[in-house]
Amino acid sequence: MSIWVREDARLLVQGITGKQGMFHAGKMVEYGTNIVGGCTPGKGGQSVTLEGREFPVWDSMNEAIKATDADASVIYVPPPFAAEAIMEAADAFDALKGDGVVVCITEGIPTLDMVKAVTYVENRPGVRLIGPNCPGIITPGDGGGCKIGIMPGHIHAKGRIGIVSKSGTLTYEAVAQTMSIGEGQSTCVGIGGDPVNGTGFIDCLSAFEDDAQTVAIVMIGEIGGTAEEDAAAWAEQNVTKPIVGFVAGATAPPGKRMGHAGAIISGGKGTAAEKIAAFEAAGIHVAQDPSEIGAVLLDALKNAGLRS
Amino acid sequence: MNIHEFQGKALFRECGVPVVEGIHCTSVEQALAAYDDLGSKVVAVKSQIHAGGRGKGNLYDADSGNLVMEGGVKIALSREDVKTYASNILGRVLVTKQTGPDGKTVSNLYIESGCDIAHEYYLALLIDREAKTVLIMASTEGGMDIEEVAASTPELIHKVRVDANVGLLGFQRRDLGMALGLSGTALKSFMQTIGALYNFFVDNDCSMVEINPLVRSADDKIIALDAKIGFDDNADFRHKFREGLRDRSEEEDIEVRAKQAGLSYVKLDGDIGCLVNGAGLAMATMDVIKLYGGEPANFLDVGGGADEEQVMTAFSIILEDPNVKGILVNIFGGIMRCDIIARGVISATQALGLKVPLVVRLAGTNVDEGKRLLADSSLDIHPADSLGDGARLIVEMIGGET
Repeated sequence: MSIWVREDARLLVQGITGKQGMFHAGKMVEYGTNIVGGCTPGKGGQSVTLEGREFPVWDSMNEAIKATDADASVIYVPPPFAAEAIMEAADAFDALKGDGVVVCITEGIPTLDMVKAVTYVENRPGVRLIGPNCPGIITPGDGGGCKIGIMPGHIHAKGRIGIVSKSGTLTYEAVAQTMSIGEGQSTCVGIGGDPVNGTGFIDCLSAFEDDAQTVAIVMIGEIGGTAEEDAAAWAEQNVTKPIVGFVAGATAPPGKRMGHAGAIISGGKGTAAEKIAAFEAAGIHVAQDPSEIGAVLLDALKNAGLRS
Repeated sequence: MNIHEFQGKALFRECGVPVVEGIHCTSVEQALAAYDDLGSKVVAVKSQIHAGGRGKGNLYDADSGNLVMEGGVKIALSREDVKTYASNILGRVLVTKQTGPDGKTVSNLYIESGCDIAHEYYLALLIDREAKTVLIMASTEGGMDIEEVAASTPELIHKVRVDANVGLLGFQRRDLGMALGLSGTALKSFMQTIGALYNFFVDNDCSMVEINPLVRSADDKIIALDAKIGFDDNADFRHKFREGLRDRSEEEDIEVRAKQAGLSYVKLDGDIGCLVNGAGLAMATMDVIKLYGGEPANFLDVGGGADEEQVMTAFSIILEDPNVKGILVNIFGGIMRCDIIARGVISATQALGLKVPLVVRLAGTNVDEGKRLLADSSLDIHPADSLGDGARLIVEMIGGET
């Protein structure tokens, strides 16, 4: 089945006329994502050409969803306007359909904007926000699939491993590791490296646990906050499928932000050691080196009788 | 970014958060003039650095390394005291629990009128990442290390979570004040102060405001005797005034220059330089170097769309660190193409006359083309297929243990 986005999900691109939006929309069309149009306020009625095909642009998400019956949107809007774009999408999906997936790629959104936007989305329970500051979500298909975001499509293949991660390139690394042992992915979700985001680890673990296509999960965390610890404790009680974990930032000095806005050890909290200990206590198979995720996953699959 | 206490208090004053009178100084003469101007018999002489624990810190002479004075915040009872303390502080190195052993040179002083304190409280506003709210924390145990209070007597820390779409409500302000045992005039004053602080936090896109201590004066006024303020860098674009508050001497020059070049760089103490795309992978690269017996010299994320020139800049920044004995490049190409990275690595190696061992691990988009370019370059560049292999190789090449 995959989680949250089907292979043929109908996608709108918010900020489709911008440089980033247009570039990545093209890559998504190339991969096989079913883009149905885009939204840029003030540019309604225009169209953009992607891979030789014309895609309509609307002024508002309300109009765009009405016209296309879209299932999801992806946001490539600059930081000052991104939180409002999230709320506009959430409002329109909720009012018109009662559900929808909103994926925000934008990096650099003010944290308080996200506190407000996440609360706004949570008040519309049918709407799911993924990100911000993330690579997006991808459900590889039999040929093409649904790629929503900025990840390189060609490294993926349809399969039975679910991947969830705070980091972009480390997710690609995990994808390559599954491929190295002959496994593909059901869905890969980048939840993003910001301190305040939408979908979290537990949402993903819960969805992968319920997804018939997924047999095992790779979970990649990093320093900062306690989301990894919370997810590990939850997984111990609620997840029956094997989980392989990696946590980045064991060598990060305290009090220093490591690239991602959320990757900081503050007041002695949020260290990799605490997270790895929580993973191990919850029975998660921990890889010390991302290049060993494949080997650890293979062992876990064998132990579970899923590989011989 | 963080700002100094004297800057924070000026902002507090504008926003209706009660503070006592104080004057910013950069010389002993100014400190004495400030003492005369304030007209208060008792004043606090406070070192201004971007780190906590100033009161319990020690001041050292920068040249001799000798201890000059214990305590970076002093209560002066006379003009003579002000002169002694100010001369002991200015130009000296203050080492506190938060500065690390190198400490920070003190160039700014704050002379503040004395305050008749009835009780000291702790107050902080921050973002609760997990609950996705603004969190207000208060305690009757002011003036102490709050982490110790949290560990030993967590029941003495009172918390209020604020729905940012609703704002801080009257009952929340009242409940928090009552939890601190306040009543009457003091409770009223607390409710006003906390309201003003919440507005300050939100209006200025703070990431943290910590006041330790917040005090109740003998006449039942609630006053911010401290101001530790951190701003959310992501919101710089809508707060142009911040640039004027920035103290460059508090920031690592090399990190600032890296940022200006679109790179994210953090200097560490090891000897293996790293050049990576993506923050998570950059951290993982450091971790794996350590795992295989080496020590990373830096965190460096070139971002998702680096070009040849940025790779060149990244190399020159890594090489500014004289401790660097070898470099590991680890790229998983997504949007970024491995052939572009390879060209950047080749030009940097040639232009900078690279003398230390270089291991390059490429994966992802256009990896074959990237590897071919490196192989054909006839430069001394060592390829690796995985991060683990790359880390083991560079550790071995600089003579570490694997």
